[in-house]
Parts: sequence; C-alpha cells; structure tokens
Amino acid sequence: MNSPAAPTPTPTPTPNQAPRPLPVPPGRYKRYAAWMVGIVLFVICCYQVEVTPIKLMNGIPEMGKLIGEMFPPDWSYFPTIWEPMIQTVQIAIMGTTLGAILAIPVALLCANNIVTAKAVTIPVRIILNLVRTIPDLLFASIFVAVFGIGPFAGMLALMFFSFGLIAKLTFEAIEAIDPGPIEAMTAVGANKIKIIAFGVVPQILPYFVSYLLYTFEVNVRAASVLGLVGAGGIGLLLDRSLGLFRYDRACIIILLTLAIVLVIDYASNVVRRKLL
Amino acid sequence: MNKITKQSFAIQFMGQHRPKQAVLFSILLRRTAANPSRKLEDMDMIEFRNVSKRYANGTVGLNNVNLKINEGEMVVIVGLSGAGKSTLLRTINKLHDTTSGEILIGGKSVTAARGRELRLIRRGIGMIFQSFNLVKRSTVLRNVLSGRVGYHSTLRTVFGLFPRHDIELALDALSRVNIREKAFSRADQLSGGQQQRVSIARALAQEAKIILADEPVASLDPLTTRQVMDDLKRINQELSITTIVNLHHIDLAREYATRIIGMRAGEIVFDGRPEEATDEAFAHIYGRSIFEAELLGAES
Repeated sequence: MNSPAAPTPTPTPTPNQAPRPLPVPPGRYKRYAAWMVGIVLFVICCYQVEVTPIKLMNGIPEMGKLIGEMFPPDWSYFPTIWEPMIQTVQIAIMGTTLGAILAIPVALLCANNIVTAKAVTIPVRIILNLVRTIPDLLFASIFVAVFGIGPFAGMLALMFFSFGLIAKLTFEAIEAIDPGPIEAMTAVGANKIKIIAFGVVPQILPYFVSYLLYTFEVNVRAASVLGLVGAGGIGLLLDRSLGLFRYDRACIIILLTLAIVLVIDYASNVVRRKLL
Repeated sequence: MNKITKQSFAIQFMGQHRPKQAVLFSILLRRTAANPSRKLEDMDMIEFRNVSKRYANGTVGLNNVNLKINEGEMVVIVGLSGAGKSTLLRTINKLHDTTSGEILIGGKSVTAARGRELRLIRRGIGMIFQSFNLVKRSTVLRNVLSGRVGYHSTLRTVFGLFPRHDIELALDALSRVNIREKAFSRADQLSGGQQQRVSIARALAQEAKIILADEPVASLDPLTTRQVMDDLKRINQELSITTIVNLHHIDLAREYATRIIGMRAGEIVFDGRPEEATDEAFAHIYGRSIFEAELLGAES
C-alpha cells in the first residue's frame, strides 16, 4: 500500500528447534463468571424497581379489557383527526429538513479525516453529544415554555433531535470513507471546500439521504406524541382520547399513524434502493 | 519564485488596509499568479537538494537525496517496498512533508510553499495512484473534470459549473487514453485498467507538466499493465510531460524508462540509463550489503 517507508520485516525463518507448545486456550471460568455477573446484575435491577412476573400476570386481564375497549375503532372520529395528522407529518418534514441542513457542517467539523485539528473536533463532538442527550419530549417541553403551545415548538424540538441523530450518523460515515479521492483531490491542488465537494460529498451522499429518511420515519412517530406536551400535531387528540377513556378513538389514531408510517417506510425504502 | 513570493506578500500586506483600489489590485495580482502559461514554462526541472525525511516513528523515508530530473524524462524508480519510492514521489507535490533539505520545481521551492502557492504548484502536477483514487459513484467525466478544480473559483466548482472549454479538454483527455465513449458511465462500472486510464485522463485535464505515478500498475493484470504503461509512455513522448513512475517490475522499467533510479533504505543507489541497469545492478538495488550498493551509487 502507500505506507512509504515501513521497513519490511523480513520473516526470518526460524530453524525448527523444539516442537512449539500449543497456544493455551482461555480458561472457561472467565466466561462463566461473565455470565454470572450479567445475570446477577439483571436480577438486582428487577428487584430494585420491583419488576416481577406476578405483576405481569396480574396485568394481563386488564390488558385484555383495554384492547377489548379499543375495538371496534371509532371510525366517525376519522375526519377530526385527519388534519392534525397532516400537521404532524408537516412538523416532521420541517424538523427533519432543518435539522439535516444544520447537521452537514457539524458532521464535517466532527470528522477526524476532514478536520485534523483535535481542538476543533473534540469541542464540536461534546456539543453534539450534549444535544443528543436531551430527549425530544424534553426539547418540546422547553420550547413550549419558550415559544408557547403549538406546532412551532414541536418543529424546533424535532429539528434539534434530527440534527443530533443525522450529524452523529453522518460523521461516522464520513470517517469511514475511502481516503483515496481526498488524497487525489489534494494532489490536484484543490482547497478544503473543493476537496469536500469532490472527494467527500459524492461518497457520503447515499448514506446521508438514507439517514435523512430514517430520521424522518422516527420523527413522524415522535411527532405523534409531541402533542402530549402541547407541541402540536396528533398527540393532543391522543392525549385527550386517553384522558376520556375513549380507547376506541385512541385506536383509530394509532391505526392512522401506523398507516402513514408504513407508507413513508415503503417510500423511503424505494428511494434508498435507487440511491445505493 | 521571487516574483510569486513578492506578490503574495503584497496581497497579504494590502489585505490589512483594504482600501477599494488595493483590493482590486490584489485581485489583479492573483490573476497573474494564477496564469498557468507563464508558470508552466519554468516547471521544467525537479531538483532535490539534500532532502531527508524521517517519519514520526523514527523510520527513515529519505536519506539525504540529491537528484535532478529534466523536462520530458520518463523516470522509473525501482526498489523494494519500503525503500522510499513512494516517499520520494510524494514529497515532490508535498503530499508528504520533508524533514530537511529543499525540493525545487523550475527553481521554485515546493518545500517552502504553503496555502495558495502550494495549491498552484500541485495543479501543475498530475498524480496517478495504485488504487486509482477515483470517486467510484461519480461519472467518469466528473472524475476527469475534478482535475480542473484548481483553475476555477470554489463557488463555481462546488456547483459543478465547468466551462465548455473544460469539458472539451476532459473529453480530449479521455480520447487520448481511448475511453471517450465511457464519459458518462459510473467509474465503478469500468475495469481496473480503464479506471487507471481515467485517472491518467484526470492528470491530462489538469494540463500537468509533470506526472507522478505511484505504482500505477500494481493492481492490474499483465495485459492492462502494458496498455496503461503504453499510455503513460505515449503521453510522455507526445506532450513531453515529465513522468516519474514507481514500479516493481524490472522488465517494465527497462522497457519504458529513459532513466532508471534505484532506491534502497531511503537512498538512491542506482541512477542510469536502462541499458546500464543490468541484472547485477538490480540485484544490488534489491539487496545485498549496503557497501556494494554504495559503490554502485558512486559509480553512476
């Protein structure tokens, strides 16, 4: 390969002296111990948060009752939920798009093979991780407090959420690209931006679009619960239906969300296949 | 060389005040600095002056190399892996930094060049890699056009707005290596030999006066190897582009080179015409004691 001056360690053929000892197989007790630690940890967790199989058993009849109440779904509710559902998708579209645009420069600044200065990549990565720590519902609550109830807060929440997700996935894709074209572009006398445009972008574009579509799918689901904190979309109606014990209405909302998610899923699969 | 440094100094100096005329003037100066026809004429000779390169891990890449390569030569560098062939090649366009010494191209220091000045030098040097280094998902034409980015503004190239002249240049370059009809195929649809010819076309589109080829045929089969080497030789002769090729194959070196340079442990241990590169000479390049190699180096 290109490693220029690595001294080739000529494999000096060692004359056959004594028969070489077999490599020692790793002790199996280590493996047993690892399993034991895992199981003990799990049991401790269950005990501390009071997760017991008995509770599950007790809950099952209740679960059946609830599902029974969900059917038949209240089809007459459909015209009411149609518009908020569209709004939900619109929130997701805007949030994903703006988040993706924000993510591009940040992903480039995070990638070690684009920005060699650790003084840049590390702080940017820390900020990115900070953004990613905050869950979308928390973002939504914060923005509702700042900008008031409504879809604007929801859009902002999804924007930050998408930004974190896409930037993270994209910068990892950037770090995994073939360095050859970057080297070639450097050799033709391109500056940094030209190197990125000709050596990096064509390589990551399909991945980027794929992440964008994936994030969009996640966002549609997320947007349907943003209404719980007053950030617009279908979640408000879902919250209201559940509050009034109208499980038949909750059911139709869930069914519609499912339908839309399936459509988006299918569409993005088609686009992804075309791209790759 | 002097002229360029003066100009860039003037540009920097005027950048501090920024009256309108000065900015305009600096733009004019940049234009002249970017004018290829003036500069390429001086880029006839490559000169290494006491160049050494030591890697961070202590490995010696180059050890006090002194070398002059004249315009239009077809130089083949031979030596074992790790002898410093790649390092030598990559110091010429500063893909690798040097530890000490100076490299001049047409009297202009590459080792001292930075930023814009360095990019302008690189623009005049085409490079061909063992692994082709094409963007596989892009079309052949776009790959060839990427050799032109040094001639246009960032904004223009980022949006892919190449002038008609560039596209014609790129297609001509593809004709020269006989793959014009592949212009709109994706690069990964081409065979290895064809891909390597695309990268030769990229160097041609660059209007390079020097081509550096780092083991251009190491990942090709014998037949395509000949085709690619024929292309390089023809371009070298027809356009008198100074060509420096790293090779492993002794017979290819003898067949195509006008001059063979043998390297070992970062030093030049042979430098002569192909006729002089006898089997013994190659045996020396590829091993034996350092003493014999040194003798040979002194002999040539």
